Amino acid sequence: MDWITTVDHKKIAVLYLIAGGFFFGIGGIEAILIRIQLMKPMNTFVSAQVFNELITMHGTTMIFLGVMPIIFAIMNAVVPLQIGARDVAFPFVNALGFWTFLFGGLLLNLSWIMGGAPDAGWTAYTPLSGSQYSETHGVDFYTIGLQIAGLGTLIGGINFLATIITMRAPGMSYMRMPMFTWTTFITSAIILFAFPAITVGLVLLTFDRILGANFFDVAGGGNPVLWQHIFWIFGHPEVYILILPAFGIISEVIPTFSRKRLFGYSSMVFATILIAFLGFMVWAHHMFTTGLGNVANALFSISTMLIAVPTGIKIFNWLFTMWGGQIRFTAANLFAVGFVPTFVMGGVTGVMLASAPADFQFHDTYFVVAHFHYVIVGGLVLGLFSGLHYWWPKMFGRILSESLGKWTFWTFMIGFQLTFFVQHFLGLMGMQRRIVTYLPNQDFDLLNLVSSIGAFLMGVGVIIFLVNIAITAKKPIDAPNDPWEDGRTLEWTIPSPPPEYNFKQTPLVRGIDAYWKEKMAGNKEMTPAEPVGSIHMPSATPLPFVMSVGIFIAGLGLMFSKDTFELEFMNIIFNNYIVLIIGLLITFGAMALRSLYDDHGWHIEPEDQDEKGART
Amino acid sequence: MMKQWQVAKRILPLLAVFSLLLSACGREDLSAMKPQGPVAQDQLDLMKLSIAIMIVVLIIVFAIAAYVLIKFRRRAGQTEVPEQVEGNFKLEVIWTAIPLLLVIILAVPTVQTIFAHGEDLTNDKNAVKVQVTSHQYWWEFTYPQYDITTAQDLIIPTGKKIAFELKTADVLHSFWVPSLAGKMDTNPDGTLNKFSFSAPNEGVYRGKCAELCGRSHAFMEFKVKAVSQESFDRWVNTMKAPAVLPEDAQLAEKFKTNCLSCHAVGDQGGPVAPNLTGIGGKESVAGILLNQREGQEEGKPVLDNMKEWLHDPQAVKPGNTMPSPKSLGLTDEEIDGIAEYLANYKLDYE
Repeated sequence: MDWITTVDHKKIAVLYLIAGGFFFGIGGIEAILIRIQLMKPMNTFVSAQVFNELITMHGTTMIFLGVMPIIFAIMNAVVPLQIGARDVAFPFVNALGFWTFLFGGLLLNLSWIMGGAPDAGWTAYTPLSGSQYSETHGVDFYTIGLQIAGLGTLIGGINFLATIITMRAPGMSYMRMPMFTWTTFITSAIILFAFPAITVGLVLLTFDRILGANFFDVAGGGNPVLWQHIFWIFGHPEVYILILPAFGIISEVIPTFSRKRLFGYSSMVFATILIAFLGFMVWAHHMFTTGLGNVANALFSISTMLIAVPTGIKIFNWLFTMWGGQIRFTAANLFAVGFVPTFVMGGVTGVMLASAPADFQFHDTYFVVAHFHYVIVGGLVLGLFSGLHYWWPKMFGRILSESLGKWTFWTFMIGFQLTFFVQHFLGLMGMQRRIVTYLPNQDFDLLNLVSSIGAFLMGVGVIIFLVNIAITAKKPIDAPNDPWEDGRTLEWTIPSPPPEYNFKQTPLVRGIDAYWKEKMAGNKEMTPAEPVGSIHMPSATPLPFVMSVGIFIAGLGLMFSKDTFELEFMNIIFNNYIVLIIGLLITFGAMALRSLYDDHGWHIEPEDQDEKGART
Repeated sequence: MMKQWQVAKRILPLLAVFSLLLSACGREDLSAMKPQGPVAQDQLDLMKLSIAIMIVVLIIVFAIAAYVLIKFRRRAGQTEVPEQVEGNFKLEVIWTAIPLLLVIILAVPTVQTIFAHGEDLTNDKNAVKVQVTSHQYWWEFTYPQYDITTAQDLIIPTGKKIAFELKTADVLHSFWVPSLAGKMDTNPDGTLNKFSFSAPNEGVYRGKCAELCGRSHAFMEFKVKAVSQESFDRWVNTMKAPAVLPEDAQLAEKFKTNCLSCHAVGDQGGPVAPNLTGIGGKESVAGILLNQREGQEEGKPVLDNMKEWLHDPQAVKPGNTMPSPKSLGLTDEEIDGIAEYLANYKLDYE
């Protein structure tokens, strides 16, 4: 019950981690099934319909329900601590964001047992995703599930913007913020601008499918290419929503384990902002073969290539952070160091793809599949593993086993390279993506087998990580404040895990890498910026959970509003929008309750403030 | 100047090795790395340039990374704090300027190629015009200059530019013949695409649908057959010859009522489904069941393929719109009879 009503950012982080990990597991199983099917030519392990459902759900689940929530888990766990805050700006809204994400994700995955999953690819190109060609409710689960989950992401993004703008500790100017906080800030800004696009797109597609509108139907005056624009205006910034937090994690881990400050901090900040900005100007490179014309293709080729420049700046800054340092190869740092070359490989193929005439060959082939897995798995997922190993002691008070962590790294990394390196060549040799099977004698067989074996190895890596978590969970909570001994930022000044109120006294920040600066000055802890006093805390509340249940019910109600059921009762409640209305009433009722009854929260008095307060 | 040349000398062998590596990949009639026409050749050249640049980048990054990771490991007993370097303006400028330069080196030929390939040849009198219409899950090719329509096998004369106009009859597909040119989407009315390629050498090239289009996306293959101008002219004439129907009158009647309501042979039948004129001589049945060609082991005899397809079309291409001949009331013998007739329906033009 405590977990359903919590508004504590640290507990919400754990919720995000568990839910994100759960969906990551589902997406991973889908990936393994795909690779089993593609292991040999003309395989019949799954049917063509099931295969299309698997690829659609693998992509959608991994991006929206797997890695993004894990990113949010780390942001929630770390950002308030890094800026010296006691919580996020809107703790209630934070909880609401989690619960809408979770119920959206559950709704989407219910499709597997309720008549078939979406089957039009994670990009859901119209007309294939229209009701004429995708007749099951699959794509409805996609549009409505993602709409609800996307609401959570948007809420989370706004919350982090407000938190970082308003809740930094005294002395922490923007240019003293830790790099992970910076990338969280920029990521949140991208979310704020990119998610409305997908929201609109999903609404239009929902209207087309359920209410008979014609936005994407040529016969009705619509245009299917419009969907591609809307989707990618969101979809490309989404890539940077995913990768920037990983950049932030790497920018924390590498300095800590090199015992050096981040090389070129201000150019790193500048590069992050530039990437975010350019990220909105390149969406049409996903559409070179759609036929936008020479001028558009030329412009988007150039703008896309330009992104290589700020990204290159980052790579070299990381390398030169390590230069002259004292590198320790902990599991967290292994992932961070492994990230750099792997991500560069994903980056260079990205520049290759940017050249439109060459992209006519690469597009929709396994070359592209290899490219974006290098960026998302070789980039983001390695970054997440790094961040989880790094901050695990701060989140749970227990240090993950180093040796198991290294096993995770090597199996996952080798498996990853096996899986995806060969796919570059498959694409160039003529294997298009999203095909359920392929004819023999095309030189595809061996490389696909290698790729599948690599995928199993990656699976082994993830299982070792889970074993590591299970073993670690049995150990006592004994992590020191600064378990890596070279912590540089504020989160390492407080107990692991931190007490409910994080900081007994808000710290005074006197420079970049605030804690390191105090250490170098010979201080054991931060200088407080305020006297010990009573701490104001937000109250726990079940309302965010109830609101999300309401939206979930309303979503199901809308989806089945045109169906005919065997039971007359079901017909009455669905076809007259009664279920939809009940769901909305629950949500709006909860909102009214929240608005009408002021809850002023509660206080923790100084005598109850114990440094070990959170340990129960 | 000398130094630059030395750098080039180091890069050139690298390029050569890489070209070799690339060209070792895949079938000649399928791989984008073994181009059989000028368009694919230009695209491969651009790829090679970009790969060469990117390999230089990779080598630099990997070398620095390897050096750093070996040189700057923390050694036992190391307790002094390393110098905290804020950054280096000169270095920042260098690693901003060099990537920018590399990007420009790649961008110039990119833009040139975009405009060179993007030429509209629709009004070029010397080009052979072909309207490609994609369907779930087959390809229709119409030659407006000759007023003929065919399916699955695109017959083109060697050396001539082929000016394509692409459209779809249902969902989006993408027209891709890797060894001749990159792909182009087929959109519905309003956003039709045009592009062109040519094949200097005679041969059969594999084509694929590259945009997810439903259950049989993987099976929506086609062939491009480049023949000499004389053969092409003969093919045009044989396509226009009157239809050949099954000799058995009863079978011919069944064929007419059941098949020709959608399909066409010669001057008879409808335009809804693939044109069957000369189907026995095509490279495949239904695009995916490869027919055995002389001197090759791949594929099966056309009659076997035809029977496999006609006895259960859904097993070969799930979700395709052809009604099963059995459900139309045809007996196994009748289906075999039609399969035999179709398998022997060949055009003599080569």
